[in-house]
Amino acid sequence: MALLKPRRLEYPFTQEQVGSLRAGQFVLVSGLVYTARDRIHKFFFEGGKSPVDLKNAALYHCGPVVIRKDSDWVVRAAGPTTSIREEPYLPRIIKDHGVRVIIGKGSMGKVTEGACKAGGCVYLHAVGGAAQVLAEKVVSVKGLYFGEEFGLAEAMWVLELKDFPAIVAIDSKGHNLLRRIKSASLGIGRKLMKSSDPFIP
Amino acid sequence: MKNHVQWESSLFELIRRTSVDLPCDIEQGLRRACKTEKKASRARWILETLLENVQKARDKDAPLCQDTGSLIFYFQVPVGFDTNALVSATRLAVARATRLGYLRQNTIDSVSGAACATNVAYGAPTFYFEQCARGTVDVRLLMKGGGCENVGKQYSLPDESLGAGRDLEGVRRCVLDAVISAQGNGCAPGILGVCIGGDRATGYECSKSQFLRKLDDKSSVKILARLEDRLLKESKALEIGPMGLGGNAALLGIKIGSMSRVPASFFVTVSYMCWAFRRRGAVLTVRGGFKKWLY
Repeated sequence: MALLKPRRLEYPFTQEQVGSLRAGQFVLVSGLVYTARDRIHKFFFEGGKSPVDLKNAALYHCGPVVIRKDSDWVVRAAGPTTSIREEPYLPRIIKDHGVRVIIGKGSMGKVTEGACKAGGCVYLHAVGGAAQVLAEKVVSVKGLYFGEEFGLAEAMWVLELKDFPAIVAIDSKGHNLLRRIKSASLGIGRKLMKSSDPFIP
Repeated sequence: MKNHVQWESSLFELIRRTSVDLPCDIEQGLRRACKTEKKASRARWILETLLENVQKARDKDAPLCQDTGSLIFYFQVPVGFDTNALVSATRLAVARATRLGYLRQNTIDSVSGAACATNVAYGAPTFYFEQCARGTVDVRLLMKGGGCENVGKQYSLPDESLGAGRDLEGVRRCVLDAVISAQGNGCAPGILGVCIGGDRATGYECSKSQFLRKLDDKSSVKILARLEDRLLKESKALEIGPMGLGGNAALLGIKIGSMSRVPASFFVTVSYMCWAFRRRGAVLTVRGGFKKWLY
């Protein structure tokens, strides 16, 4: 598929790698990522210390289903969670920790566009709900932080990925793919509402 | 209750199957949607990924989506049936499904923020009971993820900003607005459940119960069937597409129901259910034995 010819991204995510990505491109992510969702974003935003160095790292908005099998953690299901809830926290976290990649799902607004531009960061959109396809891209579970404090779904899991597929939704220039699509649909929607063909029983 | 073990085991099987096995009508809907998208497009790639995901979840006996959602049980029981015992058997089944990884630890105490290890707590799961004049128990289960729950909307007509009056054209405008504002969230292509009328609470209940209908059915009220058809066509024209990343398939279906209302209130309530449409049901004997699947 020509359109979907992938760009490869590998941890650590350097400014050069990330800076050349453009909104709409298809990427395959490999290497370490850290899951973080609502509790951890609030914690970092309020100045909480990260147990790991997040410079040039990726935060993955994901609360996986993980069960313990003997002494290992096994990922039963893992896909992205809705990212917009973390938008208020992102500028500070990207700035304070040097995070280079955000992986999640759904529309993000101007705050994230600005944070990506300022921090040379990208927002990657993974396929929502594809928890089995994406769980297979997790090669291994490398660690767990905040499991006790925040619960297993909200914890920070250190995951090693191999060829995890996503679409660049906001690039480091601040171009926002979903916003472009949304403003087009708003225009079409306005026309449909103005239509001279109202629904009459 | 006699046969408590039998009940727990049947309800566990219902939960397991709901979590891992997308109903056939929805899978067919995804396949049809896939054919309408251009080859080598983002939309097509997403739909192919979803279909691959459906097959993998089934093969691996693992959750379709990691957000195993809120569990809503709809029971129809014979007159005089002991529903308390049914509640306790269901709670046991939910706890076991959580332990075995068919459900995520997905229940949070809203005051303390503590995570609940079993998914059994006040308000979790949710139960609806109805007595019916027959000798079997029908149980239906919806597992509704948080991402799609968050994009539900309730309108109070008239709504000046939409130019929506107190008529079906007003309802149409509300639904169009709901589709546009849900885009990019909620995991399209989903299904809309709409309730015209009711109050603030029953409006949402009725809109969610629309998800118990099969994807390819039509409203038995002719005018509502027409409105469902028209809105589905219009949702395609919005070019929102799967995941809001462009294309045709913003929705797989729209189901509209109605309730009576008081003269002063005219609510239009829209619930959104994501493509990972976890809805199953079964007919069980009064002893909890399995008779047949409903979907």
